[in-house]
Amino acid sequence: MDPANGIECEVKDIAMRGGKIVEEVSSSAKVIDASEMLVMPGGVDIHSHIAGSKTNAARMLRPEDHVTDFERKTALTRSGVGHSIPSTFTTGYRYARMGYTTVIEPATPPLMARHTHEELNDTPVIDKACFPLFGNNWHVMEYLAKGDVEGCAAYVAWMLRSTKGYAIKIVNPGGVEAWHWGGNIRGLDWEVPHFDITPREIIRGLCRVNKMLKLPHAIHVHPNNLGKPGNYSNTIKTMDCVRDIAEDGRAAIHIAHCQFTSFKGEDWSTLRSGAEEIADYVNKNRHVTIDMGQIIFTATTTMTADGPFEYILHQLQGRKWYNADVEAETGAGIVPVVYKRKNFVNATQWAIGLELALLVRDPWRIFMTTDHPNGGPFTAYPRVISWLMSKRAREGAMKRMNQNAIKKANLPSLNREYSFAEIATVTRAATARALGLKDKGHLGEGADADVAIYRVNPKEVDPSNDYRAVRKAMRRAAYVIKEGEMVVKDGEIAKVIEGKTFWVNASVPGDMEVKLQKELLKKFQDYYTIQAENYVIAEDYLARSAPIEQGVAKQ
Amino acid sequence: MTKILLKPKGKFSVPIEASTITPESFASKTLEQMRSLEAWEGNRRTSLDSLFDIEVETDGGEEITILMEGDVSKLRRIGKGMRSGTLTICGTAGMYLGEAMRGGVINVNGGAGSWLGARMKGGTIEVSGDAGDYIGSAYRGSIEGMKGGQIIIRGNAGNELGCWMKKGFIRVGKNVGQLAGIHMIDGTILVEGDSEARTGAQMKGGRIIVMGQTANVLPSFSIEEIRNVVRAGEERLPGPFYVFAGDLAEGGNGRLYVFKEKNPHLGFCEAFIE
Repeated sequence: MDPANGIECEVKDIAMRGGKIVEEVSSSAKVIDASEMLVMPGGVDIHSHIAGSKTNAARMLRPEDHVTDFERKTALTRSGVGHSIPSTFTTGYRYARMGYTTVIEPATPPLMARHTHEELNDTPVIDKACFPLFGNNWHVMEYLAKGDVEGCAAYVAWMLRSTKGYAIKIVNPGGVEAWHWGGNIRGLDWEVPHFDITPREIIRGLCRVNKMLKLPHAIHVHPNNLGKPGNYSNTIKTMDCVRDIAEDGRAAIHIAHCQFTSFKGEDWSTLRSGAEEIADYVNKNRHVTIDMGQIIFTATTTMTADGPFEYILHQLQGRKWYNADVEAETGAGIVPVVYKRKNFVNATQWAIGLELALLVRDPWRIFMTTDHPNGGPFTAYPRVISWLMSKRAREGAMKRMNQNAIKKANLPSLNREYSFAEIATVTRAATARALGLKDKGHLGEGADADVAIYRVNPKEVDPSNDYRAVRKAMRRAAYVIKEGEMVVKDGEIAKVIEGKTFWVNASVPGDMEVKLQKELLKKFQDYYTIQAENYVIAEDYLARSAPIEQGVAKQ
Repeated sequence: MTKILLKPKGKFSVPIEASTITPESFASKTLEQMRSLEAWEGNRRTSLDSLFDIEVETDGGEEITILMEGDVSKLRRIGKGMRSGTLTICGTAGMYLGEAMRGGVINVNGGAGSWLGARMKGGTIEVSGDAGDYIGSAYRGSIEGMKGGQIIIRGNAGNELGCWMKKGFIRVGKNVGQLAGIHMIDGTILVEGDSEARTGAQMKGGRIIVMGQTANVLPSFSIEEIRNVVRAGEERLPGPFYVFAGDLAEGGNGRLYVFKEKNPHLGFCEAFIE
């Protein structure tokens, strides 16, 4: 199953040498018999909070999350704990067992990037990358308020190099800065306090920067008003505000965990799905990609840089709350939640996530995520796959849910069922393409030798009826090959290797760089508790550095 | 009835995970099978046989009584999740005795450690001596405390008794430490001796009765009335008691009853009764 190369359910040999997929190998090569099994490229998760300061703060906040779920050490693997926020090693093992080989940590406060890389270094087997947060960064806002997109591009390039980041992440643009003053931003044209700039200008400015630097991924946006009834219209406006900047054939904006920003209605009691409107916009506009942010009915932990949202959640539920401010850059909040089947709002959210996935027609522009751990832990992916592939599975799940929510949802009328090729697209091929990872998400010559093999025969099984067999197979892969090494066999870790950390070595022409360095010195003196030279993370700090050269062409 | 006697083979030096010692896991097992039940001594997997001499006396009856003699203070999670039968300990019990218990009876002739009856849902625990901290509490970080049953301690108890308690009854014969009934949602706590301080902090509901002294009542409690009699289970306790409502900082409506005669320093509150 290799949708990127147009291969759907064909029996083929895959040859690997030196960590890469090659045309052919000699007869002395080791042979893995994967006949009658499902073979896909290794999974690529575009949005999963697995490492960094807020993940670790959540671990400290939630000892009760650890006591219910732990793994003993084995001859190969370390012990670990955590249901919704597993320890780093366990995160690596669990992803690998499900056939995932690349995972993106999507929200790193630049100042805390060192911590993120320390944790990523300790997350074994999988390849990874992290997205630094720019949407509430004082320098970004100052540059863009002045209309200095070039200056902003030089700064963003320096930040990506310094924090070893991969893409531009924007969370509640301007809203987290407003939260420093106890407020929030509720519309694309609200003014950010003290910065003379609006979220629209921040998003458009960073989108231009992204284009100028030729970064491999689009801007990765968590819009304003997340988790607020009626927010779908703002999400559409957010997608639309960069339409004119988009280049043909390339996504200009990615809307993360779209379920949380597809709410219709006036308040919680009149909450409805806005999935139809969102999907309609995505279907008509090629410059947008989204990911699901599906919720799972379990106890989990919400964590986001969107501090004001977490405060609202804390007030709503009365659960414990963590709040952080990251000087001059961003903020964060953490609140544990339990998603309940019988809860009207939660059941509606569940339906919205699946409606998005079923209504967006092009599987290359919708990706499967649970926004781990915000919607639920990534270990629930096989369940999400079964809901996507089987209407019966969805109907079975809906029977146990809040019927008021189900009656009002669009989901029961949707008959679409994903094929195996579509699953391979939304979980690896499309995400790898959206991230600009050319060697991931496909099995063509030259690709990384990351292969997941599942014990289910796509030619025989009928996932629509036998979704349980698919779910079971997806939980524990029969074999996982990472860079040509067999890392998982029969659902257990067979070899522990160190994954790579991708980052973008973005460069700008010399004159832009000189100007930036002058300004940076002053910015650090004025705004930071740390000197610029201590801010930069050296390349050898990464266990396995994998830079991608990118940037503005030298003049 | 089947009587099972467990005697330590020696003095234990490291903590032992002994959640297999429950009437249910002994039920319908031969002596050999009982001996091979798993336990963890420190980081080593071991069997009950290497820790205890086990004797069984049976008349074929189904009810199971476990008797443990000697110092078992290193043993953790004895009686975890037990549903029926009797477990008697003559000596000092370790941490987490009767954790998540659902039914049956645990008797301790001696003291007990911390987390006694943590997350308990039913049954009875009686301790003749003192017990540690977090009796009938939720696990750290969790909001799921004791949900039923009763815990009776004849001696003293430590801090944070009944943390996040939702239902059930805890009675302490002597004194308790700080923050008794913290985060309590419902149920009853009766302290026959003194309650050190900050009783009922952040409680949302439920009742705490203090027969002895308490250093202070939190400022987030308001005095409601003086009552002559207070009920605790079947019992009617003669007063008078100051009745406080709180914790108002949490929007709570719990009741804290403090025996008037032992607490003359709270007399100033009477002026605020409406």
